[in-house]
Amino acid sequence: MIKLGFVYLLAGLMFASFAVFSALDRGNRKRLGNTAFWALVAVSFLAGDRLGDLGNGVLVLGLALLAGLGLLGRSAPVTTSPEERLALSERFGNQLFVPALLLPLVVAIGVLALKPVQFGGVHLMDPKQATLISLALAVLIALAVALVLLRQPPAAPLQEGRRLADTVGWAALLPQFLAALGAVFALAGVGAQIGHLVTTYLPVDTRLAAVAVYCVGMAGFTMLMGNAFAAFPVLTGGVAIPILINHFGGNPAVIASIGMLSGFCGTLMTPLAANFNLVPPALLEIPDRYSVIKAQVPTGLLMLLVNTVLMYVLAFRQ
Amino acid sequence: MLILLGVAVIVVGFAIRLNPLLVVVLAAMTSGWFAGLSPLQVIAAFGKAFNENRFVSTAYLVLPLVGVWERAGLRERAAAIVSGLRGVSVGRLLVSYMVFRQVTTAVGLMPIAGQAQTIRPIVAPMAEAAAEARDGPPDQETRYAIRAMAAATDNVAVFFSEDIFVAMGSVLLMVGFLTSAKIVLDPIHLSVWAIPTALAAFAIHATRLMLFDRRLRRRPAP
Repeated sequence: MIKLGFVYLLAGLMFASFAVFSALDRGNRKRLGNTAFWALVAVSFLAGDRLGDLGNGVLVLGLALLAGLGLLGRSAPVTTSPEERLALSERFGNQLFVPALLLPLVVAIGVLALKPVQFGGVHLMDPKQATLISLALAVLIALAVALVLLRQPPAAPLQEGRRLADTVGWAALLPQFLAALGAVFALAGVGAQIGHLVTTYLPVDTRLAAVAVYCVGMAGFTMLMGNAFAAFPVLTGGVAIPILINHFGGNPAVIASIGMLSGFCGTLMTPLAANFNLVPPALLEIPDRYSVIKAQVPTGLLMLLVNTVLMYVLAFRQ
Repeated sequence: MLILLGVAVIVVGFAIRLNPLLVVVLAAMTSGWFAGLSPLQVIAAFGKAFNENRFVSTAYLVLPLVGVWERAGLRERAAAIVSGLRGVSVGRLLVSYMVFRQVTTAVGLMPIAGQAQTIRPIVAPMAEAAAEARDGPPDQETRYAIRAMAAATDNVAVFFSEDIFVAMGSVLLMVGFLTSAKIVLDPIHLSVWAIPTALAAFAIHATRLMLFDRRLRRRPAP
């Protein structure tokens, strides 16, 4: 059975190669910073389970200090020039889309067809991790095809991967940092405290007010925690079940479903959802870190209003 | 109450644009301190959670592949295709992408596209080429605005369609939580009630994209 460990091994080797190529990159004045940063990420993936909790914590502090002290530079891996790319794009034409479409195709096959496959009662891949494993397999297959079909040098994937990783820089690790912060907040009882404030001090005595408190609360709480999954149990347990469902007799399926989607409105508007909102500007080389959030805020606010109205209209029909 | 200072650290730290990795560690320290944990305990708890959440960063496995596509000219090819289309615009292109993304996500194919493997190498260059084909080469600020809108469209499409797929993590989380509160329901009901929001999201965001087109047209000539 292919497990998550396989994906971690691949990721660890990839980041280790970024570290090695960074060390050899004389075009980057801060190459030692990049080397140390990607090496720590590689260690986390390859040996994280053997470091112990405190060991992992020290590793995280190292990453934060390297980033916070500005020790990472922008690398200059050898790649093709804009003129060469234009010429290549004309030469290969639509062949370029073969590996580009192979990735989603193999992921789709993995998720839909390979997930249930078993040999003698053993799954081909861990069903709980089928998406990540499919993605890793798809990357390997599409890379092999791309290297042959597009006649790319064998070191290209690692050098090009490093070029993009350095484009994103420390922001690449922010989603994982925030996920860990969520766990520490849960341990400290931050979510429970905010939920207590919401349910104690906000008006929930009319049906409309209670719907608004739940929907806006889901969005606001999600913005503070970076994740609707953290907000859902607190506000559904605190507002939706006792008041909307038990007291006002609302339909639980409508309330839960639209409540979660109200939380997603908050996800569109918070820097704490870094993988959706802060990594893309880095990937797209937009200088304003908050540009994607700014593009999403109008949709997020309008959708929050729509969700509130939808819940009020749909949840209490007899 | 004082444990909420961790949230305040995040808000202030992000607002004054300190390095977010440092801000996150400081926020964890602050909330942990007021919850009665020693700094070493917080570091260990943070390290443990960091290790358990490594799957979050496995998404970067696509970077070598995307880099190879780009090295061979995929972005230029994607742009060239759009330049050759008649009647193309940023809004129409992104509305089409949104339809594709919402429909595939609703049937469980959310992982086939994404910011790194689709928006950066294909959709963003196409959108910039669409603006250029209609209104001439955009200035740098306009290019940034177009890229941000492309990234936003992917997020909006995914967020408001994913719950239509029954086996999505958030649907299963809702079922699990409601079951623990003695409310038993079939996940399909949660999925069905996600459909009105998905339709509304399309109407609202597609309208915004068409208005974005008009704003691009009205911008002053360079």
